[in-house]
Amino acid sequence: MAFESLTDRLQNAFSKLRKKGKISETDLRGAMREIRLALLEADVNFTVVKNFVKTVRDKAIGADVLKGLNPTQQIVKIVNDELVKIMGDQAVDLNKSPKIPTIIMMVGLQGAGKTTTAGKLALKLKNEQKARPLMIAGDVYRPAAIDQLVQVGQQIDVPVFQLGTDVDPVEIVRQGLQKADEENNDYVIIDTAGRLQIDEKLMDELSRIKALAHPNEILLVVDAMTGQNAVNTAEGFNNQLDVTGVVLTKLDGDTRGGAALSIRAVTGKPIKFIGQGEKMTDLDVFHPDRMASRILGM
Amino acid sequence: TNFSGVDDDFYDDLEETLIGADVGFETAVQISDEVREEIEAKHENDQKVISNLIVSKLVSLYTRNGTKEDNHLVFATEGPSVFLFVGVNGVGKTTSIGKLANRFKKRGKKVLLAACDTFRAGAIEQLQEWGKRDGVPVVSGPEKSDPAAIVFDAVKKAKAENYDLVLVDTAGRLQNKVNLMKELDKMRRVITREIPHAPQEILLVLDATTGQNAMSQAKIFKETTNVTGIILTKLDGTAKGGIVLAIRNQLHLSVKYVGLGEQVDDLSPFSPKDFVDGLFSGFLEPAK
Ligand SMILES: Nc1nc2c(ncn2[C@@H]2O[C@H](COP(=O)(O)OP(=O)(O)OP(=O)(O)O)[C@@H](O)[C@H]2O)c(=O)[nH]1
Ligand SMILES: Nc1nc2c(ncn2[C@@H]2O[C@H](COP(=O)(O)OP(=O)(O)OP(=O)(O)O)[C@@H](O)[C@H]2O)c(=O)[nH]1
Ligand SMILES: [K+]
Ligand SMILES: [Mg+2]
Ligand SMILES: [Mg+2]
Repeated sequence: MAFESLTDRLQNAFSKLRKKGKISETDLRGAMREIRLALLEADVNFTVVKNFVKTVRDKAIGADVLKGLNPTQQIVKIVNDELVKIMGDQAVDLNKSPKIPTIIMMVGLQGAGKTTTAGKLALKLKNEQKARPLMIAGDVYRPAAIDQLVQVGQQIDVPVFQLGTDVDPVEIVRQGLQKADEENNDYVIIDTAGRLQIDEKLMDELSRIKALAHPNEILLVVDAMTGQNAVNTAEGFNNQLDVTGVVLTKLDGDTRGGAALSIRAVTGKPIKFIGQGEKMTDLDVFHPDRMASRILGM
Repeated sequence: TNFSGVDDDFYDDLEETLIGADVGFETAVQISDEVREEIEAKHENDQKVISNLIVSKLVSLYTRNGTKEDNHLVFATEGPSVFLFVGVNGVGKTTSIGKLANRFKKRGKKVLLAACDTFRAGAIEQLQEWGKRDGVPVVSGPEKSDPAAIVFDAVKKAKAENYDLVLVDTAGRLQNKVNLMKELDKMRRVITREIPHAPQEILLVLDATTGQNAMSQAKIFKETTNVTGIILTKLDGTAKGGIVLAIRNQLHLSVKYVGLGEQVDDLSPFSPKDFVDGLFSGFLEPAK
């Protein structure tokens, strides 16, 4: 979508103002409006936007940007720095268990990219740490979900533990963990069915899996194209499961990805990885600064 | 938020409700301004009247942008009809096909499914599972084979064996992937070569949880494949799918069906009134 970048927006706003003479404090409001709009167009949640704009405004006043030579650049810098700060300054590593196996659980809404990301993560661990991961097929609901994970496993040469669709997912995980013990797997990645955060029965199933498996990492997988609803989803999953990290998928599209900011702001949990394609190698470490630029269209 | 009386806060709340429903900033402001004008002109301050006014305003805003369109799916007057399902990854294309196949089979149509997602792991098996549930056959080919070849086989079979309807599943693709978009166009051409007026429908499946990017999806899919309508999925969640208002405004594409869950019956014809009620659930609840 041909959205303007924040820099262009601010420059337009200020060039109108410059014609009137100098930039005053009331003119700052115009700038804040442009920031608000840019973030809303990037799908950042409106309550998150509200708080964010207030912080930026206070900082801008504190820094006396209007007295400076280039208020556009100064404000863009404040916005950018603040975004990076909120999104967590630095890339955060995967949690690791002191003794094997490290257990990772994938959770999220339907179609977010959990199964694909499970495979990508397994491959990444294999390639970078010579890990010997096992994947557990815990989705007994979606048609052919197990076939999907098994095929992914074949593609990347990683074993998949499955018991078909007639066994309770908690039991599947229990037996899967036993298998990992026997086989000395150093990582276990549990794929779970997509579900709505308001689905009490299925959310309870995740809690039971968590209670049994004590995962070191519960990764909430979120589609980067998600709109305002990102906060509801993130809060729902986080309140129920206390997730440890987030994976943002489908960033190879043309979305601005404002969901990243929303999720980070409401959960405080780090975004650890981003999905940038359908191939098994398309998983990258999250960089807050790049995400900030993307959201701002720069 | 309940409201009592009408002041600036009320319009701010209205605007935020709309933005929160993903209708987009511009559309939210436009709607809120129109509502304000009307309420002020009528000196209205009865809450119930105002609620009704907002709902009917939005319903009419939705309908006026496409008066001659309706949400019926178009069938061939003779011979097989072909519906092609397109959209980005994970929105619910395959599931919607599974639901619609059941719906049309119940109405006495002879339905065939074409498994043209040869790319994603387990995609063929997923459609086959739906075929089994629905009791309809599925035409498929080897993994990674050319989807155009499979659609060709399906259409040929439909003609030879007098099927009424072919539902064609395609791999999810992001709209900025030029080559993958071209592949869709190739499939469409193969279909048209075999049956001149087909595909009768090219249905863009949109996920209601999607934000402003859905506009880009609609624009680019419409440009490359002549989309005829939208299926809006996952409305059973907390997302409202408000972006379809803006899509309707700008691109004159209408929603034909909505997805309301993962089961076979979780599909309904689109109702503007229900949709608008959904947008405002919470906002228009009368104060106790
Ligand atoms: N372009 C792109 N597609 C992705 C990415 N990650 C996943 N996908 C695609 O998104 C779709 C859904 O992915 P899945 O892994 O099946 O999602 P899921 O969360 O397991 O889905 P459910 O199990 O049905 O809830 C598939 O078509 C994937 O190929 C990504 O980073 N980029
Ligand atoms: N809650 C809910 N889930 C849905 C709905 N429609 C589809 N789903 C789920 O969303 C996920 C993705 O659905 P699919 O039908 O596989 O989506 P797709 O567009 O074919 O995905 P790709 O082929 O990977 O691009 C599955 O878990 C479905 O069960 C709906 O209306 N509501
Ligand atoms: K999605
Ligand atoms: Mg899955
Ligand atoms: Mg599919």
